[in-house]
Amino acid sequence: MSATLGFGVVAACALLSAVFVVRAVDLIRAVLWLGITLVATAALYAMLGASFLAGVQLLLYVGGVMTLMVFGVMITRRHEGIAPTATDTVRPVRGAVVAAALFGLVAAAIVNTEGLDEAPARALAPLTLADLGRSILVEHLLAFEALSLLLLAAIIGAVVIARRRDPGPLDEPTEASR
Amino acid sequence: MTLSHCLLLATALFSIGVYGLLTRRHAIAVLLSVELMANAANICFVAFSRFRGGSGQLFALFALALTVAEVAVGLALVILLYRSHRDTRIDLASEMKL
Repeated sequence: MSATLGFGVVAACALLSAVFVVRAVDLIRAVLWLGITLVATAALYAMLGASFLAGVQLLLYVGGVMTLMVFGVMITRRHEGIAPTATDTVRPVRGAVVAAALFGLVAAAIVNTEGLDEAPARALAPLTLADLGRSILVEHLLAFEALSLLLLAAIIGAVVIARRRDPGPLDEPTEASR
Repeated sequence: MTLSHCLLLATALFSIGVYGLLTRRHAIAVLLSVELMANAANICFVAFSRFRGGSGQLFALFALALTVAEVAVGLALVILLYRSHRDTRIDLASEMKL
């Protein structure tokens, strides 16, 4: 019973803050609301028995990605977010219709699937941290190494894309150069 | 808490992300929406791993790392966009060049 209650609280937190992420006018606030969503997700992971993943989520996302996002917002900050203008009313409606349709479709599929909530035939042994480590470094070693290569490529790519080509004139682009 | 509860929560989060993706114009806000969607997918992986077994947790871990790489490159693109246009509306990216 208490698990259900906890799930309800966590789910409510995640959904509410997710709505604020997409509705907040001020971008810094949107980033901070995303932080709440990610913390709630980490709590959900812990409740689902994935405590290592919960820790990684906190460290990597709430620590790393959030900081990166805040930096990004501050560097590119010019006006206080972009408020939806009065003429721009069709866009939210269209987005809401598409999102609601998607939710309805997938939720109907989930609700109509039989046997989804039945317990599996044999009891599942909880996945321990040792199992997870062995799984990464023995069974899926190739994927793990490929992932590290990808991270390296992403870092180099990000630096190459964002570096300044030549200092000075790029800071003030003239109309002709656009 | 059952598998379908987790899946419904993930679906709702994903739909909210889709809404943000379609309505926001600021490039970083679009990135945030993509984060929400990736997060929802991860919840599915972990939920299936908990209730059905298998290596869902491992997959979620890899997906997490992929998302972080995506954010790094995405933010670099946003900064490039800002540098060339002094603005970060996502529509401007259609004419972006290096």
